[in-house]
Formats: sequence, C-alpha cells, structure tokens
Amino acid sequence: MLKISTNPHVQTSRDTQSLMLDVVIALMPAAVAALMFFGIDALRVILTSVAGCVLFEYLACRYWLKSKNTTTDYSAIITGLLLAYNLPSSMPCWMILIGCFMAIIVAKICFGGLGKNIFNPALVGRVFLFISFPVQMTVWPVPYFLKMVSPDGETGATTLRMLKSIDVSSSATSKMYSLSDLPSYLDMFLGNVGGCIGEVSALALLLGFGYMLYRRVITWHIPVYYLGTVFIMTAVLYFLTGEAKFLPLAHLLSGGLMLGAIFMATDYTTSPMTVKGQVIFAVGCGLLTVIIRAFSAYPEGVSFAILIMNALVPLIDKYAIQRCYGEKK
Amino acid sequence: MIKKFTFPMGGIHLAKHKVTTDCPTVVADIPEFVSIPIKQHIGSPAKIMVSKGDKVRVGTLLADADGIVSADVHSSVSGEVTKIEDLPGASGYEEKMITIKVEGDSWEEDIDRSEDVEKEINLTPEEIIAKIRSAGIVGMGGAGYPTPIKTTIPEGKKANILIVNGIECEPFLTADDRLMVEKAEQIIMGARVLNRALGIQNAVIAIDENKPRAIEILTALSKLYVGVNVKICKTKYPQGGEKQLIKAITGQELPLGKLPIDIGCIVQNVGTVFAVYEAVLKNKPLFERVVTVSGDGCKHPGNYLVRIGTPISSLIEQSGGLDENVHKIVMGGPMMGNAVVNLSAPVTKTTSGILLLQDGEFTKKEASSCIRCGKCALACPAGLRPFAIKQAVSFNDTVEHMRKLHAGDCIECGCCAFVCPANIPLLDYCKIAKQEIRKK
Repeated sequence: MLKISTNPHVQTSRDTQSLMLDVVIALMPAAVAALMFFGIDALRVILTSVAGCVLFEYLACRYWLKSKNTTTDYSAIITGLLLAYNLPSSMPCWMILIGCFMAIIVAKICFGGLGKNIFNPALVGRVFLFISFPVQMTVWPVPYFLKMVSPDGETGATTLRMLKSIDVSSSATSKMYSLSDLPSYLDMFLGNVGGCIGEVSALALLLGFGYMLYRRVITWHIPVYYLGTVFIMTAVLYFLTGEAKFLPLAHLLSGGLMLGAIFMATDYTTSPMTVKGQVIFAVGCGLLTVIIRAFSAYPEGVSFAILIMNALVPLIDKYAIQRCYGEKK
Repeated sequence: MIKKFTFPMGGIHLAKHKVTTDCPTVVADIPEFVSIPIKQHIGSPAKIMVSKGDKVRVGTLLADADGIVSADVHSSVSGEVTKIEDLPGASGYEEKMITIKVEGDSWEEDIDRSEDVEKEINLTPEEIIAKIRSAGIVGMGGAGYPTPIKTTIPEGKKANILIVNGIECEPFLTADDRLMVEKAEQIIMGARVLNRALGIQNAVIAIDENKPRAIEILTALSKLYVGVNVKICKTKYPQGGEKQLIKAITGQELPLGKLPIDIGCIVQNVGTVFAVYEAVLKNKPLFERVVTVSGDGCKHPGNYLVRIGTPISSLIEQSGGLDENVHKIVMGGPMMGNAVVNLSAPVTKTTSGILLLQDGEFTKKEASSCIRCGKCALACPAGLRPFAIKQAVSFNDTVEHMRKLHAGDCIECGCCAFVCPANIPLLDYCKIAKQEIRKK
C-alpha cells in the first residue's frame, strides 16, 4: 500500500527532542563546575530541581490536561537545570520545589506548554523564590575547590554585591568592600567565587556555548550582543565616572550574566524568531542588565532584564522583520 | 583555486543520495501503450489534432499549442490512437490524455537520427524560436513554462546573460548530470542556438561542485566556443532555484515582482537546452527525456532515456520492480516532487525522476507544537518568515496580511518544512497562503 503526503518528503533528523538534548549536554560542564565548587549540596539542588520540574510537568499532563506526556522532549529537564543553576547551594529542598511549581505549572503549562510561554519558566521560578525568600536566596556558601561538604555558616558575598558596595559610604549598615576584596579575574573565570551554583564558572558556560554553536542549536547573535552590550556599556560608564563599581571585565565574568546570556536569553520560545529581532532583544537585555546592576537596589539584574525583554518579544517579532529576497536594501 | 558561487540568503545542506551519478543513460523499453497528457506545461491545454483510430509516427503532432502560453504535444511512439479521454495522472487528478497503442518504432522522416553533433547555425532568431515552438519545448526542470515565451524578448527589454541551469540540487536526481556528461557538446550547441535567438554572446553553464565529471568535460569543451562559459556553484539547496541561481551567478537579486528578463537574465535548464539543440539542429520534437529512477527502495537505480507517456510502472519494472518495503513513490526530487498515487500515470516532459522510498528516513514525522526556534526563517532562501505565514493561515487572517508577509513570493522549495524541529508542514501553509492570494 503506497502512502501519499505533501512535499518535502525528507525532513531533518534534528527534532525538538534532539535539540533539547543538546542543550542538556551543553549545560553539563556547568554542573560539573557546580559539583567541584559547592560539593554535594550542589548535586542535591540540581537533582531536586530537575526531579521537581519533570514531575510537575508529568503530573500536569497526566491528571490536569490529560494530554500526551511532554516530558519526553527534555524541555522540563532544561528548566530544572536552569532553575537549579540560579540558586545558592544552601537552598532548602522544599523551596526549590516551590520554584519548580512556579516555573512549570504557572509559567509554562498555564500559558499553553512548550512553545507558548511568554516568560522563561526557570527565571519565573527564580524570581518568585528571590522575592519570596530573599534571605535564603542571598546567602552564598563560600566556594571551596573540590570540597564535598559545605560547613554551616561559612558564607560570603558575590562579586556583584562587592562591586555594588565599593565606594558607597553613606549607609552605615552595609558591609564595605575595597577593590582588594574582589576575587581575581582567573577565579571569576573558573568559578571560584560566591554565587548561584551554575552561574559561577564562566569557563564551563562558555564550553556549553561552544557546543551549542557547534551543534547549531543556537546562533551566536544573542549571547555575543548581550555580553557585548554589557561590556561596552560598563566600559563607557567606567571611563566616564572612574568608579570601580563599573569594572567592565568584573561585570562580564560575575553574576548570572554568562548563564543568562548563553542559556536563558537564547531560549527559543521566549526570544524573537528573526536574527534582527534577536539582536534588538539581546541589546535590550544588556542595557537593562547594566541599568539594574548600576542604578537599582539589586546587585544583579540579569533575571529581571531577560524577563522584561521576554514581555517585549511579541512586539519585537511584529516589527523586526528580515529583508526578503528582492526587497530593496 | 576556482571561485565557487552561491546565494547568501537561507538555504540548507541535504544528504546527496546521488547513487546513479556513474550510471550511463539507458534507453528505456518502449511500452505497449503510452498515454500522453495534452497539458504538460503551465498555461492552457493544447488543442487535440488527432482522433481515435488515427495512425501516428514518432514525432507526429498530436495537439497544437492553444494560444501563446501553451505548448505543442507530439507522439513519442508509432502506432494507433486508441483513446482520447480523461485519465488519472500521477497525483490522481484526471487529465485529458491521448492513448496510443504502440506498433513498431517508425519516426517522422524529417527527424535527423544521426549521432553527429550539428554545429552549423544559420537560422535567424525568429526561425529558431519558431522551431522551439513547433517542437513543444517547455522548461524541463520542473515548472514546465513554455520555452518560446522565455526566449522571446519583450519589447523594450534586452538580454545580457543566458544562464544554463546544471545545478540539479535535489537529492537522488542525476538526469541533468548524466546529460551534461554524455551530451556536453550538444548542450553547448544548444546554448549557442539560444545565444543567437537572444542576440547575445554570453551563456554561462552553472554546475554544482558535486558534479566534477560534468564540470571537467564542459569546461574543456566551452573553451572551444565563443560566448559559452562554465561557472561552478557551491552545493547548497536550492541553488537550482531561478532566483537563487541569478543571485549566485550575476550577484544581482531579482527585484520583487520582476521577471528575470527585466534584469537581462534568462535561465534555462540543461535538459531544456539539450531539447532546444535537438529541435533546432536535428528537427526533433520533445518526446523523450532522461529520467532518474532511484531511491532507497529501488533495486537497480539508473538513468533512463524515456519516451513521454511511458507509464511509471513500466520504468519501475525495468529498474527491479516494487517490493513491500517501498512505502512511497515520488515523482521528481524528495524536496519538491509529488507523491504518486497512480502507477499507470505517464512520465511527462517535466518528470526528472521517479523515487522509490522506504519507511525510515523518508517517512513524514508527526508534527508537534512550534517551539519558536526561528530555524524556518533562517533557512528560507526567499527571506520569508514561514512561522508567521503558518500563523496567518491557521488564524484565518486576511489576504492583505498574507500579502504583507510576502507569502506570494514563496518559491516552494520546502527548506522551512525540512528544518522544522517540530516537523510542522510549513510549506503546506505557505502554499495555502499563496492560493488565497491568487484567488483574490
């Protein structure tokens, strides 16, 4: 019996599942770095988060939507990994599960599932936790290379918090830092600094970026434009004001910028679909990140910057149209 | 290092599957019956000139072009006309066909059947175009646009360059490749004939870099003739698309809504150019063509010189027959070809290949939801946003909106549907949008 179908009769083997699997693989170096710097606690956070996200998606498909099980496309695993990477290693498990619920059920399933959500699920989960549990979300266990247990109480500040407090003398309660307190650029690059478990190692994240480029999961535009905007803008501010809190390289290598630029801003669903739109989106993310980092009460602005730009994606998609063949340049 | 040309916008890389590259063209058996459709081209069907019971010879005119946008149809066999009625074509739609019962193989006397390559061109452009018209030549790359119209330059326009399309960028197909290897000199003469008809001395034969043999032979031969050159193009689908080829060879983009002649270009497929050679210098109407029979379900893939009207089943029989593993038969290439529902349907002037495909690589996959990756927009060689066109169609948007999305400029290459990780049939949506625009 012959089948019929419309053309084309050949399709790529790169389906959604295979692309998502590649993102999971690209996220693995950061997991290894997290384990090396934060020990077994990092593993606890990652496993809880991934298990929570997959479970919530499974339960939602099975009992609520009564639809096909969509956990097989691996997107819930990515959300779980990204959420975990955005948490400190001391985060209690029950809080992580609340974050998973917000990410999968509220930010993803309620909007219609994979491909229909407006906001990056992992970021929604993170920001919800950040606002609900500000204390737990800003306690940073001190990283210690290849340490297997994190001793209680030993916490430090993130590079960004230090940058924020440098040269600020008005508030008596805030702890002051001098330039010499900043970790070395090498430590920032490798990840031997305080912070969320997945964001600390720029090296590990860049390895993942390279892998995604090699496998053509994403194009280079969003990460390069995002990082470039942050770097250029902080450099301009640094040279105009001379203030140490604008150290461009420190901004580039610290906080969630690498993680956000490489893995969160490039999320297919919540970023624009044309290259032109992606450039606008990435530059917007960069500007907002620097504005929040430099001028708001928060030391870190990547999550908010990406979420704000996420909300603008439908608008960008409407107006950022690529030139079609034969149209005047 | 030889410069290789290509187009910059979109495009994809496909597995070549060109297993029949080294299979010399074999003359296919003449079947017992042929059914020749009177419309194998874009435009109006030709007017039938024979009636039931008439005896015809190879090359006898069966149907006469009806108006300018139409083409003559000739008999590909000798015998008796037994039926003139509507029969299902390859896609199942009924078409008017002339069925001839084959008796012997006697050709019309004025056809020059010798193998010698004719090199003298003494005809005027008008005479050349008249010969092309009376030979019923249409674009053999797939579109089937009547060649005499393309060769006649409209008032006030001027041709600068004739691009002979030897790209054949579809997987599996090697018919054009074999033609270039086996009939290189004839193709060059055909290009010179067209040069003369167009009043230019500038023909470029564009060949894909994956055809080293054709490049070698044609490059060597073209050095002997003035006004014929070979250019090599990079392997990228759809390099053989008219607009993509013009961009690659001339560096110019065809402005929206313009015809190639508006920027001085004429693009002809190598098969068409060979047919022009045969028509003008050998007096032979278009009644046979090279067809690749291939596919992962084909036992003995090969290239065949086939009489128009030969049933597909007869060709399949000659290349090893069908077995239960074949799940789909495609006429043309896997990207732009159509699935065949009726095996008794005939080979036409535009049939470049018959592919027998097995389950697996060539099975349509189930569509899932769009993940908004934007890969379709990145792959589109026309620079469109297939995802937006899909949305417009599924939300029943206005035709105005579809027009704004340039859906009418889709070249139907299928790149969008190929790259879609969610396997969404984006090309189908684009075709629907095109139809909606055309209806208005």
